Amino acid sequence: MSASPSAVVMGCSAGGMGALRTVLGGLSATFPRPVVVVCHTGSEDVTTFCELLELASTLPVREARERQLMMPGVVHMAPSGYHLLLERGGRFSLSIDERVSFARPAIDVLFDTAASACGKDLIGVLMTGANNDGAAGLRTIRRLGGLAIVQDPADAQASAMPQAALEIAGADHVVPLKGIAPLLNQLCP
Amino acid sequence: MARVEIEDVEVELFMRALQLRHGYDFSRYAPASFKRRVLNLAANAGCRTIIELTDRLLREDELVPQVIAGLSVPVSEMFRNPSVFRVLREDVLPVLASYPVINIWQAGCAFGQEVYSLAILLEEAGLYDRSQIFATDFSDAALVRAQEGIFPAREARSYSENYLAAGGKRSLADYYHARYEFMKFDERLKRNVTFANHNLVCDGVFCEAHLILCRNVLIYFTNTLQDHVLSLFRDSLVRNGFLCLGNRENIDFASAARDFSPVNARERVYRKNADAP
Repeated sequence: MSASPSAVVMGCSAGGMGALRTVLGGLSATFPRPVVVVCHTGSEDVTTFCELLELASTLPVREARERQLMMPGVVHMAPSGYHLLLERGGRFSLSIDERVSFARPAIDVLFDTAASACGKDLIGVLMTGANNDGAAGLRTIRRLGGLAIVQDPADAQASAMPQAALEIAGADHVVPLKGIAPLLNQLCP
Repeated sequence: MARVEIEDVEVELFMRALQLRHGYDFSRYAPASFKRRVLNLAANAGCRTIIELTDRLLREDELVPQVIAGLSVPVSEMFRNPSVFRVLREDVLPVLASYPVINIWQAGCAFGQEVYSLAILLEEAGLYDRSQIFATDFSDAALVRAQEGIFPAREARSYSENYLAAGGKRSLADYYHARYEFMKFDERLKRNVTFANHNLVCDGVFCEAHLILCRNVLIYFTNTLQDHVLSLFRDSLVRNGFLCLGNRENIDFASAARDFSPVNARERVYRKNADAP
């Protein structure tokens, strides 16, 4: 059996653009892991969203493509209208199955499948948002040996999502937004 | 060696049971979404574990249609991604108009939203009377629903918006009757539609098609099965026939992809190459 891939998965909703700009802007330019993001944007297309993020990010930001292998040092953004799933070998797949927590893409779907694919070599990051998507997924990540980072609800633009995560999944680290990138740099040297 | 997660063992056993007992082969479905669907099926059937669902699947034949429905193409919407229908209207139908008879295969029709979208598109292009639409799915339950042409009225607004964005010439309401919480599409829209059971995994060529629509079905398949189905589409298409896939699908890993050239790469509309086998 081949070694499981390692990755960082991130989820956010309301206020996500600002939060992602801060986190992706603070990552080391030699960040060694793939970063996979689900953000509820509500838009038809994430191309512009990726372009805007890339202006602030130290790493390239690309829309995740079906069947593509995730790449170290690249930020992969979930496309609109599809759930983004991670397969065991580290490749992406898409689905148009029912919305989860009213969302497609849903953070829970990415987190659950990434947890199965990466096991302990996964870090889940849940940030600002106004619903409870991501909480169940973060619980799966922890159950399968991965690490959970939750933005301090008091510090989040919308506190419901990190709050739900803390109640349902708990966390290994609870940090303010500005602390997330330095922590990731330290955890993934 | 890493220990296999219990749920993954259960999914494997479920898949084997479905194949051995009922003849359905899901072994070349993309594992991550397949597992999610099986977990959902178990939860919806009130089973605590997948193994409990497998146990029932082996002993209760009446459960099979429900399981197959849960594992088949999910519900779509009418004129999903309207820009694709604009390309069909503006770039594909004018070419199809040169044929005396137009055969269209809608593969994986689910509840039929796309079949009715297509019928309306053909009607408005003045081509419907010489068109034949083959709408197939491997779920009989889905085919029954598709033939009914009844959708929840709450969808009317988004369907209408899509229809207009797709370049619709009238009002979508001209094509359906609203009753209570439902809208039922005009019977006349299916006068040239044949609904039939066809499983892309194991069934072969059954028509000579000028256009095949198969949107967001291959995303559930592994590369091997995707390649197999693309070959089936190639063999079913006439020379220079058209193929339309979902707008985020990636066929770069399929060797059969070399038999197709993009008409509009962004909207995933392709044409079978003249020299394809």
